[in-house]
Amino acid sequence: MQPSGAYTDPVSFEALADALLRSDPSVDRTSLYLRAESSNFLRFNHAALRQATSVQQAHVTLAVERGQRRAESTLTLGGEPALDVQRLRSERELLLSQLDLISDDPWLSYPKTATHSRRDDRGALPEPGHVIALVHELAGVKREQDLVGFYAGGPVVHAFADSLGSRHWHRVESFHFDWCLYHRADKAVKTRYAGTHWDDTAFAAKLEEAARRMPLLAREVRTLQAGAYRAAFSPSAMVELLGTLGWSGFSLKSRRTGVSSLMRLERGEAAFDAGFHLDEAVALGTAPAFTAEGFVRPVRVALVEAGKLPASGGTLNSPRSAAEYGVAANGVGAQEAPEALRLGPGSIAQADLLSVLDTGLYVSNLWYLNYSDRQACRMTGMTRYACFWVEDGKLAAPVNVMRFDDDVLRLFGSGLVGLTDAPEFTPNSDTYGARQLGSITTPAAVVEGFRLTL
Amino acid sequence: MLDTLEQRARRAAGRLPATARHWAVRGVREYSEQLSVRQDVAETPQRAHENGAMLTVIDGGLGYAATSDLSEPGLGAAFERAHALARAGAGRTVIDYERIARPAGSGRYASLVERPASSATLPEKLGWLRDVCAAAGGDTRIVDRHATLWNVTTEQLHVTSEGARTEQRWEFMTPSVQVTAHANGVTQVRSSAGQYNGYCQQGGIEVLERARFRESEGPRVAREALQLITAAPCPSGTFDLILMPDQMMLQIHESIGHPLELDRILGDERNFAGTSFVTLDMFGHYQYGSELLNVSFDPGREHEFAGFAFDDDGTPAERALLIERGLLKRPLGGSLSQARAQAQGFEVGGVATTRSSSWNRAPIDRMSNLNVEPGDSSLEQMISGTELGVVMHTNCSWSIDDSRNKFQFGCEYARMVRGGRLAEVVRNPNYRGISATFWRSLAMVGNSDTAAVMGTPFCGKGEPSQVIRVGHASPACKFSNVDVFGGAL
Repeated sequence: MQPSGAYTDPVSFEALADALLRSDPSVDRTSLYLRAESSNFLRFNHAALRQATSVQQAHVTLAVERGQRRAESTLTLGGEPALDVQRLRSERELLLSQLDLISDDPWLSYPKTATHSRRDDRGALPEPGHVIALVHELAGVKREQDLVGFYAGGPVVHAFADSLGSRHWHRVESFHFDWCLYHRADKAVKTRYAGTHWDDTAFAAKLEEAARRMPLLAREVRTLQAGAYRAAFSPSAMVELLGTLGWSGFSLKSRRTGVSSLMRLERGEAAFDAGFHLDEAVALGTAPAFTAEGFVRPVRVALVEAGKLPASGGTLNSPRSAAEYGVAANGVGAQEAPEALRLGPGSIAQADLLSVLDTGLYVSNLWYLNYSDRQACRMTGMTRYACFWVEDGKLAAPVNVMRFDDDVLRLFGSGLVGLTDAPEFTPNSDTYGARQLGSITTPAAVVEGFRLTL
Repeated sequence: MLDTLEQRARRAAGRLPATARHWAVRGVREYSEQLSVRQDVAETPQRAHENGAMLTVIDGGLGYAATSDLSEPGLGAAFERAHALARAGAGRTVIDYERIARPAGSGRYASLVERPASSATLPEKLGWLRDVCAAAGGDTRIVDRHATLWNVTTEQLHVTSEGARTEQRWEFMTPSVQVTAHANGVTQVRSSAGQYNGYCQQGGIEVLERARFRESEGPRVAREALQLITAAPCPSGTFDLILMPDQMMLQIHESIGHPLELDRILGDERNFAGTSFVTLDMFGHYQYGSELLNVSFDPGREHEFAGFAFDDDGTPAERALLIERGLLKRPLGGSLSQARAQAQGFEVGGVATTRSSSWNRAPIDRMSNLNVEPGDSSLEQMISGTELGVVMHTNCSWSIDDSRNKFQFGCEYARMVRGGRLAEVVRNPNYRGISATFWRSLAMVGNSDTAAVMGTPFCGKGEPSQVIRVGHASPACKFSNVDVFGGAL
């Protein structure tokens, strides 16, 4: 159920834009950037419902620009169009007065022409009560499983409009349910079921598949000693490593101020393996094709080609950094962080991952990554959930959690044995403040010399 | 809007079915302003207004619904959604929510503010930042510098069907300055209190004076950044380690605060933030640290970032020791989690710390003001009693396992201690350990002269996820025989 004016339909947003974005010679541009969602959130613990929350929210960032000055304000929208327009008009007046109080920003940059885009992905999502009943029946009553998990579903909207005539609409209707089946303590099988059209049979099959893996966790647990190991990373583990690389790694400002984790790559002191190809591929993900300022995002930005930086530099350039450093912007927000990373495939058949690993550590999940020496691209983090010791290509024993501390440029450089041939799409399931729309697409990997420390 | 919310909510709640056992509305109105001057250029000021409410209904199960439509029809629709979720969960919940006792107290809270942020004009505040940013420059080896100021005013009204009514008003101030220096292939970042705003307090413009923000922070941070680019890497080895308050706050946060959250211990967070090495049977007899360790939950501590009078369930908040003379006494768990532990046969107690990040998230067990109590050692005594050691300042990297046990933390700045005296500055200092044994190596606790009131605006947890404000006051502390190491492999 959605109230009228929830701003998850284009008519409400169009009406708001028409009322607010009338021509005004006192400014160069007025713009609106909308983020709205109508979400159901369900938390489960021990296959029982812990919290059920419905969130309907809409935030709009209103900005005015004149010359090299910009003032902006973000407001929650109440849903009553006349009241929202009134509040935004009054906020706009205040922003106009602020333009006189601030100084020119020589690096301010904003679009000068109108652009348009539209994406509206509709889905078939379950009622929350249906999901609660399914989990209760399939995991609780039928199997008495220790399921702990989280369902999030509903439409998410990002939209942009400005007084130059630009209009962008991006609506994704999807669900994301990930859960753990716990064996005991910190040993669990983590599974994800995500998409746009819910299917009870597919959900039950995912639960069944996870349950089949549980007996492996009952085997005697092995504790590894600190040292270097041959290892295989699942796509989930790769998402953590590549996601952390995205913190400053590709940011133009970070490269130019020397704090990027890829400074050694930039200086030519290190390289990834020649089979390592990384790009930002917005067109293939769920992120909007436009930015909060109304810039259109390119379909693809090359970040690493054949293990080295491409001629374009391999950076994500926000409009402000681009102006400051005299290069072209390439469609990212102020944080210059990737939202649709894609690592290209290798040649290891997915089914052969463990046989290529042969003997070593299979890493299902990594956790809590951070840099122990950012400029050296040295990361630390923990193994988590169902990681296994593998012997002769077969899962032999679950392993206790271990800390790693390693140079990621070496790991995917001289340490890379190979990548699998079928990259997996992982939607961003973050819900801080609002449901996020990014993704990472990556194959699994086999590496040599993965360094465990504690 | 909050002044009339109660009447509209009561009228809207009147349309709930008679089977509804309880309803509540928690309205939040928040204004924030973020200002930044980088390389002497003022960036676009960021203003934000939040207005919304979280509604709760218990009818068989418990349902929450958040809405930014605060009209009576809007609240009515949200009550319908909350009620539908409550009914959908009936008989399938982790505990019978209808049997949980609900607080019925009323009262008010307001941050102690001498000079509100709103008493200064935008040009005045930007002028302060320009001065601080400029004071951090003046050397060609400084390649980037910025100064920021973030102030937030939050009002919250919580009303329940049982007649509870709490009104709270907070003002938060967070100043920061950060410098990046480079020379001879070495780049280092130094900040006033961490790159994630460790100096954050309740209050107004007077917070800037307590932080010495305009007075001396720019030159101090720049000077230390320049020291770091000519410093040697931190040596590796087993050393005595003295942690200053701006690193102690992170140590407390990750290896005491999170493990003691009762909802983690009950398993709620195992799909995301993790579990805990602490179990329900440990309270009352587990030796968490040495006898020098005293840890308090202190929501009334003046100026501290996460002070309040009532948590978001409406329970009155009072100071309590969680760890006393090293002994684990009680968890960070609100009334619901305490009842769930009790239902499992454990009377572990708890504190009023069920909190939510804003109107759009339901409350869960959180850290609030979580402090290490001062001891009786001066910093000079701690240093003079150290033959070979490291003094570390200001967190810049943190990682810990999902049971909150194996940790590795990095700092911005460190100095060696040799023969009982402060010696050379070293860069990229890191240390690692295991929570369950680390606190037992606590050898000296600094007195109140060594203490500082710190915090973080960015504690993450929960599904859906929530970033919440947390306060940590701590003295400097000394730990024995810690695994310390430096940068690149």
